[in-house]
Amino acid sequence: MIPLSWYLTLAAALFCIGLYGVLARKNAVAILMGIELMLNAVNIKLLDFWHYLTPTTVSGQMFAIIVFVVAASEAAVGLALIISIYRRRNTVVAEEIDLMKW
Amino acid sequence: MTPLQLIFLFTGAAILISAVMVVVAHNLVHAALWLVVSLFGVAVLFVLLEAGFLAAVQVVLYIGAIAILIIFAIMLTRRVMQDSGPQTNQQWWLSALIAVALFVALLWTLSQVAYPLANVPVPESYLITLGRSFVDPNQYALPFEVASVLLLVALIGSIVIAGEKGK
Repeated sequence: MIPLSWYLTLAAALFCIGLYGVLARKNAVAILMGIELMLNAVNIKLLDFWHYLTPTTVSGQMFAIIVFVVAASEAAVGLALIISIYRRRNTVVAEEIDLMKW
Repeated sequence: MTPLQLIFLFTGAAILISAVMVVVAHNLVHAALWLVVSLFGVAVLFVLLEAGFLAAVQVVLYIGAIAILIIFAIMLTRRVMQDSGPQTNQQWWLSALIAVALFVALLWTLSQVAYPLANVPVPESYLITLGRSFVDPNQYALPFEVASVLLLVALIGSIVIAGEKGK
């Protein structure tokens, strides 16, 4: 039996690594990869609480599935925005993208 | 040390090492490949948590779709950011500090809570219950429909945003 605290520690570490990637990376695609890591950490947490606290209900799994759906939409829209910005401004560096209109 | 715990430790180490490689790798394509390793480790964790359906969804959706989409985006936008020069901004040390502080705060908070452990096994038929609750109007039929509309809107929107403007 794996203790619940192991899962919680692992998910917290994964979340913080993703947060570092979001805050420190220059490239917008790399920032999106950090967000994916954070969403995965949240999913681990949701599922281990489901498994250890309320295994007889389906609500934990449902939350995780909604997170999956939101992650897929976020990746699609985010990458579309990055490609669109790259076409117009020829950059993917997040700190250079600071104009509303070009 | 049971075999399950050993598997967890190996998987956890693989997830964390590859996640660190995702955020520090100089070459973005390498970062995306490390991301695939990390996502696969998370799928193994889902199997350990007896959520086999979500593990399959993780492999198909994250590794099969999102990771491939990210690799495409990297290859389409790579010319402007060759892998020379720093890949992090000037505040990277502050970001690292914030991340470590948040980790300590999370660990402290999680250790303060007494979790009401259920100590019952996951029912054999949980997948049937899950599938039924998706279409049951009293349970999750509405969130399910909202999620599908959200996906449709997001995909059409991304086609509109990324598509070539009529020239």
